[in-house]
Amino acid sequence: MTSRILSLSPARLEVLVSDYQRKIARRRWQSLLALAILAVLIAVAGKVGEVSPANLIDNISNFTSYFSRILPRIRTETFGADVADWYWNITGWLKLLLDTVLIAYLATLIGAGGAFVMSFLAAANLAPSSWLRWCIKRLFEFCRTVPDLVFALMFVSAFGLGPLAGILAISIHTFGTLGKLFTEAIENIDMKPVEGVRSTGSRFVDIVRFAALPQVISTFASYTLLRFEINVRSGSVVGMVGAGGIGQDLFVAIRKFYYTDVSAILLMIIVCVAAIDLLTEQIRHKLSGGSENR
Amino acid sequence: MSGRPSLCPTDPGEVLARHQTLLQRSPLQRASSLAIPVALALLTAFAIWWLEIPFSQILTGLSSLAKFVALMFPPSTGGHLALLVKAMEETLAIAFLGTLIATVMAFPISFFAASNTTPHPLVRFLVRRALDTIRSVDALIWALVFVGVVGLGPFAGILAIAVSDTGALGKLFSEAIESTDARGRESVLASGGTQLLAVRFGLLPQVLPIIAGQILYYFESNVRSATIIGIVGAGGIGLQLSEQIRTYDFDQVAFAVIMILVTVAVIDVISGKLRFAIIGRRAVG
Repeated sequence: MTSRILSLSPARLEVLVSDYQRKIARRRWQSLLALAILAVLIAVAGKVGEVSPANLIDNISNFTSYFSRILPRIRTETFGADVADWYWNITGWLKLLLDTVLIAYLATLIGAGGAFVMSFLAAANLAPSSWLRWCIKRLFEFCRTVPDLVFALMFVSAFGLGPLAGILAISIHTFGTLGKLFTEAIENIDMKPVEGVRSTGSRFVDIVRFAALPQVISTFASYTLLRFEINVRSGSVVGMVGAGGIGQDLFVAIRKFYYTDVSAILLMIIVCVAAIDLLTEQIRHKLSGGSENR
Repeated sequence: MSGRPSLCPTDPGEVLARHQTLLQRSPLQRASSLAIPVALALLTAFAIWWLEIPFSQILTGLSSLAKFVALMFPPSTGGHLALLVKAMEETLAIAFLGTLIATVMAFPISFFAASNTTPHPLVRFLVRRALDTIRSVDALIWALVFVGVVGLGPFAGILAIAVSDTGALGKLFSEAIESTDARGRESVLASGGTQLLAVRFGLLPQVLPIIAGQILYYFESNVRSATIIGIVGAGGIGLQLSEQIRTYDFDQVAFAVIMILVTVAVIDVISGKLRFAIIGRRAVG
């Protein structure tokens, strides 16, 4: 049998090698240029951002001692009493935590409801009018770009202290982000059912109900659940500006150096968020039939 | 024709009768499809009752909101243009360096959190739980902590974003690593390469485009978070914004918000272009 490996002539090889090396060299230059740009950006940002590693190193002991200070003293001989002392306000905090979760729930519901209605008008493949589509897209953008705390601050001034301001602020932000995600989900649907329903002379609402909705409803539910988890986290923060939830107590504890209270409240938030994370993840896996497509 | 039902039946009732099993749902299915809306409605009612939402305040609140909006026009700098521009620069610097530091920290950690590269399942479990814990504390709370450590100013904001994003990016990176094809690494190992070389030449080329896309996405979202972190004194435009709202200078609020909107839009366009350049238009998710 003859060998099937073809050997190249030295001249041809020379050409290929030099070509390869030229390409590699060009890529090296591009990478170097990108690195140089990155370095300049880091230098500028470091100057503007007043970065001082020396400051961090000098004060890193503050950071570690902060964590050792917020941890409660729990001894084995007086374990029960120490834990009770650490969580001296457990009923109050649990109530506030429930407040936080319910704020997140209502905000998710309102935001997702609004985004649900608007997203069909904003999707490029279904939108009945292009100027309406443009307006809704800008509205989504506005609602998700302005930070929820800015809305919360304004609503606290308008509606007074309390959960109402927090609910409205978070729901506006949810509306903006979910609106964008929902719109993208609709834009990715299979258009054949839409054509089928449209060919029967249906109205816009029927097209949405029978052609688009069945394709996107599980994606919508999945995004909404994911958002609910994020909103529980934001719900723990809006309290800092007086918009309800556990954030108020956490803010006071941090600012007034009630060290063990900080760790007690943080631990409650972390456990609560983790529980909701696990729960929503289970539901989301069921919805997507066990196969996540993201 | 014979034996096949016609496409245009003369009697619609006949079609309904033929597909009855498909069209009619069992009482159990009906009950279960009703259960979710009912549960949501009950939870909503409970939430409204528990939170004691003052519906009477909604109308008065809306009227004062309308007043605020009327005060916003025309937007004005209030003579602090230089201050606002500097604050916006700080915001961008916080987002950029925060994302960068988070990336540098999350990248090595993510290999310990991915099931196919972790040295031991227990390590993976512990690293994952640690990342989850970091993630469940909001960036604003980290900012409060870091203001206590390095003092007021943008540096505290950078550290806050860096830490809270390490949790999020570490999780995302490890998921990207887990979804890689094992054959690339196997072929490097089969040709006598070390584990390190296998990761470098068999795994990295698969994950780098995904990771780059995620970093850009987080940079965009961090520009948004960095606008608010100033509320607790951690640098950026949030400080001005919250002060202006507290003093009812809504024309200046409107100006600052417009500045944020324009900046974020520009950043979105630039990072969108970069993302397309890195991973191609198709894979944008």
